[in-house]
Amino acid sequence: MEYKLTFKDYNDALKKGNLLGLKCRTCGAITCPPKMTCQECASTDLDVTELSGSGKIVTFSVVNVGPEGREAEAPYILVLVQLDEGPWIMGNFADIDPNKVTMDLIDKRVQLGVKVFPGDKYSPDGGARPLFSFA
Amino acid sequence: MKKVAVVGMGHTPFTFAVEKTSVELFSEAAMDALDEAHLKPAEIQALFLGNCLGDFSEGQAMVQSYIANDIGAFHIPATRFEGACASSSLAVRDAFIWVASGFYDVVMVGGVEKAASMGTPLATRTFAMFSDAHYEYTAGLTFPAVFAMLAHLYSTKHSVPIKKLKEQMALISVQSHEYGIKNPNAQFHKAVTVEDVLKGFMVCRPLQLLDCCPFSDGAAVVILASEEKAKELTDKPVYLTGVGQASAGRLSSQKDHLPRLRSREISVKQAYDMAGIKPEDVDICELHDCFSIASILAVESLGFADYGKGGELWEKGEARIGGRIPVNISGGLKSKGHPIGATGASQVYEVVHQLRGDLEAQGRQVEGAKVGLTDTLGGDGIVCNLVLQKGY
Repeated sequence: MEYKLTFKDYNDALKKGNLLGLKCRTCGAITCPPKMTCQECASTDLDVTELSGSGKIVTFSVVNVGPEGREAEAPYILVLVQLDEGPWIMGNFADIDPNKVTMDLIDKRVQLGVKVFPGDKYSPDGGARPLFSFA
Repeated sequence: MKKVAVVGMGHTPFTFAVEKTSVELFSEAAMDALDEAHLKPAEIQALFLGNCLGDFSEGQAMVQSYIANDIGAFHIPATRFEGACASSSLAVRDAFIWVASGFYDVVMVGGVEKAASMGTPLATRTFAMFSDAHYEYTAGLTFPAVFAMLAHLYSTKHSVPIKKLKEQMALISVQSHEYGIKNPNAQFHKAVTVEDVLKGFMVCRPLQLLDCCPFSDGAAVVILASEEKAKELTDKPVYLTGVGQASAGRLSSQKDHLPRLRSREISVKQAYDMAGIKPEDVDICELHDCFSIASILAVESLGFADYGKGGELWEKGEARIGGRIPVNISGGLKSKGHPIGATGASQVYEVVHQLRGDLEAQGRQVEGAKVGLTDTLGGDGIVCNLVLQKGY
């Protein structure tokens, strides 16, 4: 069975600022990032759909120790965002100095932007990820 | 199914970077295990080995084959298990299934890792491989960051103010270091205070340095045998009576459960049901405290505390020797160390010693312990649980 929404197609769209997901024809749930099957009911009857990129922050961290090759990125803010369509997605947050973040960041409304990880010797493809900012 | 017993064990010290190779570390522990079981290498029918990062730490993959040969168990089937930090627990579970089925009578299981030898930047990079490379590592996800985000989520979901949660987390590190001092195999033999924890370098907010386990080198080995064979080898058999294992998708896909890890709840229920026990029957638990918050999450999912109340175990001294459920009396990953591929086998080693009553001289014996549980977490979602029971 062919993959409905591959990493390449998802990633190419995200690089242009478009967030793609999968809408399940069986249960109606939205799955994002993509998978072979619906995250809720495991159906393969899925349609590619464009998501709003709007949501709220459910949790965050400030990373002060980056992995090999990404040390210079630190400190950076990691967030998990609950999209308005339901799924959670991981990304970064740009609008605040990482040293000044407080728990107040949680529940804040945010809007999708994009930043590309160029890859390294272990993950040569890299990939785009959401870079959120206040809505 | 046949009953399966632990009949011999070995354990290197868990340490900062050492010059010994992975083969050398594992073989040292393996020969001690053979010696305790009164077995010769040729009597081992198969090797089940947990090892994650040998490819990166030493440029050595397929190490299980060279280890089997190194210890003189020539040409036996040797299989490597990779389940991130749970690798050797998965190996123990699979070895158990093969012996329980009657296919083998005596097998060697264990794990080895040289994570400290990699240095922090490469270790941080390779540990991050235990998250989704395409959809989550791209944002710079690291392992401390996974648990840092779970800590903030725990604080909001359970209305535990972050300041109070951090004080509970600090108490966990303090207890782990206190018991680690008494464990000769532990990486740290140093007491720390709540103040030490709370003034440490901020690794990944809200996790400070002493909320995090170290990178470690080391190996641990156990030998499993069928009941009939075990009766020939030891008068102190400890039986593996329940096993569980579960997996999960990328962290964001676990949204309906976080900060709970659903895979742990599924895994431990399998282990409890198979052994026919309940959480309150457990006398000693070694759980996966890769970060201080991880202990709180674990005790709740394992059934030792209500959700949102896990930290109270340490506040009330209930996780200590003499408490309701002694946790990580080895020092845990935090103080004993965490050579990831070896950690599950090390937890089994520790629980078996507790059930045999071997730790009186070290001043950390849980009196009368008969039922033990191990809990090992790989990456952001593989969990394996093992129930061990005194068999004499």
